[in-house]
Amino acid sequence: MTAGFGRMLRKEDPRFVRGQGTYTDDVHLPGMLYGAVLRSPHPHARIVSIDTVAAEAHPKVRIVITGETLQHRNLAWMPTLAGDRQAVLATDKVRFQGQEVAFVVADDHYAARDALELIDVEYEPLPAVADARRALDDGAPLVRDDIKDSNHIFDWESGDAERTDQVFRDAEVTVSQDMLYPRVHPAPLETCGIVADFNQVSGKLTVWATSQAPHAHRTLYALVTGLPEHKIRVISPDIGGGFGNKVPIYPGYLCAIAGSMITGRPVKWMEDRSENLMSTCFARDFHMRGELAASRDGTIRAVRVTVLADHGAFNGAAQPTKYPAGFFGVFTGSYDLEAAHCRVTAVYTNKAPGGVAYSCSFRITEAVYLVERMVDVLAFELNIDPAELRMRNLLRPEQFPYTCQTGWTYDSGDYPRTLRLAMEMAGYEDLRKEQEAERARGHLTGIGVSFFTEAVGAGPRKHMDILGIGMADGVELRVHPTGTAVLRISVQTQGQGHETTFAQIVASELGLAPDDVEVVHGDTDQTPFGLGTYGSRSTPVSGAATAIVARKVRERARIVAAAMLEVDPRDLEWDGGRWSVKGDPDSGPTIAEIAWAAHSNLELPEGVEGQLDATCVYNPPNLTYPFGAYICVVDVDPGTGKVDVRRFIAVDDCGVRINPMIVEGQVHGGLADGIGMALMESIAFDADGNCLGGSFMDYLLPTSLECPSWELGATVTPSPHHPIGAKGVGESATVGSPPAVVNAVVDALRPYGVRHADMPLTPAQVWRAIQGRPLRTDLAIS
Amino acid sequence: MKVTVTVNGTDYARDVEPRLLLIHFLRDELGLTGSHWGCDTSNCGTCVVWLDETPVKACTVLAAMADGRTVRTVEDLARNGQLDPVQQGFIECHGLQCGFCTPGMMMTARWLLDRNPDPAEAEIRELLSGLLCRCTGYENIVRSVRWAAEHPAGHPGVSP
Repeated sequence: MTAGFGRMLRKEDPRFVRGQGTYTDDVHLPGMLYGAVLRSPHPHARIVSIDTVAAEAHPKVRIVITGETLQHRNLAWMPTLAGDRQAVLATDKVRFQGQEVAFVVADDHYAARDALELIDVEYEPLPAVADARRALDDGAPLVRDDIKDSNHIFDWESGDAERTDQVFRDAEVTVSQDMLYPRVHPAPLETCGIVADFNQVSGKLTVWATSQAPHAHRTLYALVTGLPEHKIRVISPDIGGGFGNKVPIYPGYLCAIAGSMITGRPVKWMEDRSENLMSTCFARDFHMRGELAASRDGTIRAVRVTVLADHGAFNGAAQPTKYPAGFFGVFTGSYDLEAAHCRVTAVYTNKAPGGVAYSCSFRITEAVYLVERMVDVLAFELNIDPAELRMRNLLRPEQFPYTCQTGWTYDSGDYPRTLRLAMEMAGYEDLRKEQEAERARGHLTGIGVSFFTEAVGAGPRKHMDILGIGMADGVELRVHPTGTAVLRISVQTQGQGHETTFAQIVASELGLAPDDVEVVHGDTDQTPFGLGTYGSRSTPVSGAATAIVARKVRERARIVAAAMLEVDPRDLEWDGGRWSVKGDPDSGPTIAEIAWAAHSNLELPEGVEGQLDATCVYNPPNLTYPFGAYICVVDVDPGTGKVDVRRFIAVDDCGVRINPMIVEGQVHGGLADGIGMALMESIAFDADGNCLGGSFMDYLLPTSLECPSWELGATVTPSPHHPIGAKGVGESATVGSPPAVVNAVVDALRPYGVRHADMPLTPAQVWRAIQGRPLRTDLAIS
Repeated sequence: MKVTVTVNGTDYARDVEPRLLLIHFLRDELGLTGSHWGCDTSNCGTCVVWLDETPVKACTVLAAMADGRTVRTVEDLARNGQLDPVQQGFIECHGLQCGFCTPGMMMTARWLLDRNPDPAEAEIRELLSGLLCRCTGYENIVRSVRWAAEHPAGHPGVSP
């Protein structure tokens, strides 16, 4: 039942609009000290010596921590989520510009920063690997001489190479295109940080941290520090945006913990914006070659992909263990293909670690960009309208559940309906006519289409784990004697509105008002274990757990109601928020009345516990597969190359919508991400490995002027296996929108014969594409 | 050095370092944590407060420059227990998600509406273009400001 679903204002907002949110940097503890990190100015250099004497002599400095200090505690290195290790503070050499070298703890953060200037580090600079495509060359500088004699991390394959090659040999038409998904950064407006408070008497460590996965972090801290896990409490207070940036643990967190353990006082560390952009989890950096095999009539038969993945100096990509390239395996997209194959090779470079972040659904951003760009390349070569080409090849509704050529089973969909709705909303045919007229006048108008399918909501735990921990989520629900309820969840809102939507789920299942359901989250001492919020998994996994736990409570309530009415439970039916005797729907007790009775001295059947509560651990049987059709209209100034996004039409199908207002907000944000990535955002490097994207003056984010007024539509195809039919949506627009924007710009440039240009399509990049010589966008070398 | 600043109607005298930024003065000295810090380079706008009657980015204003002047922060937006229509608009129109940029957005919007009670969408977008939001794609922020323009007295139903 969905009585509690629908637009509802957010429970979170009253505190935020008053400035009463509590973010990590707002936590202030008595006696708190402040940390600051000294970072490497070099992309690659051997550390000869570190002299901390002058810093330690600063009157406000309490302690200076180096890699050597940490080595004594076995903390100089930490495991990454991808099974590699990462230096907490560098001991042998620095491997990227901005890498952590030393940590100062002082009375205030100005003093801590001052003291960084007093640390004297002697470096012996080394040649750097700045270009991933040179990483495997003979004689390339070695990034990870601590563990390997090459810069190679892994090769990973998916699909059937032989069959795919066969289809390509037989195909009437093949197209091939190299493309780069540049290194970008999630850049939440709140940077990463921590307040670590180790109590030397109780031995308990409490941390307030910017964490999307507090329970996973607690386990990691236990594994890394050796502290027993029950003596660690991780609190994620209000989070100022995450987008995947706040999934890993960072060296600064461990330094603050070490600082608190050594000094016995709370230590706060908040990174600044440059530290955030230069050292924390970046996203993408995929050099891709896509190929399509097709018939002359436009039937797409096979897709083949080779990828070179730049993972930076440590393999710190945060994804399920068995998926080293994330869920890139769904690169078959939304189409019915005969064969598919991809090969991903990952390499070390002298750049910051990461790769999986920025609302990417574990690299489905890259997969969707690849296939949606390739479909447009094929449309270009065959001179078929790109919307028409998609319509011809989309999976048909009767094919679901559909197992694609790389083994992913899509749960449900009606793709043509969604694309048709987007085309109707856009007035697609009129737009094409208008474009023709504009071209005749010398104006560059472009229309870009993309169709995406995502796979979100990891697990199932059988296939998906993080460091051996299966991806399933726990919840607890307790109805108080007077009929209000508390729900405890493991997932962590960073703005998604969990306090509202999860209350709505419980409310709809139990016939309560959402305001009568308190949602507790973000504190490992108060909530059951679960893997956290990323990969759009909150609603698919914990949302399902919440519906199930509420149904368990409802079944317990049935037994209590039967005792109250002195009837057999089988004679009761749930209708309109009451357990009523069949045929008499207006009688019978509500959950509130049952809750009181369940806590009273009412005699219950043998073996039935009193009170009204339940727990659930939900192990999803499959991922959910949201999808959507996007159409972008741009105008390009041929004189300057400037792109103006005139319209953006987005039709999303994320199954049943718990709160359509919140769903639309999620889509809006993702569409802005798409504008940003397609047109503006890039963490570029110079030839020596110096980072050129280390501030918001260099790493450009879209503002209210670059974003149009979004035009949204919806279709609803419920997920068959999710208890309320919902699918994830938090990353859909970030995944689906970049190809729509790029396809639109390339479409605008068609009079110049442009078939492809790499993101970000800055004015310079577009102008140069018109001249026939586009820039490398990941390196500032022309 | 000694500074005296009137913040949200209260006079505060503090002995501070000359280099202390206004945002840190507000957050760390006065405990007014509603204004945020996000970038250091005047790009993000999460630190916007009013200095006298003008919105400023408090990460690039020294506390010393506020000496003898008045500062208004998000904590002063609601008056007499009643939310400002801008605050109500942000709730009504889902103008915030993580809430981090919201105080700066609202302080800027209130300044605009005090000068032009009926701004067009384009004017709102122009004015807010100096502030970043990573969650909303700006659409609902613009709608929130329009809501406030259309409900200059707010409405009493929305003051949770």
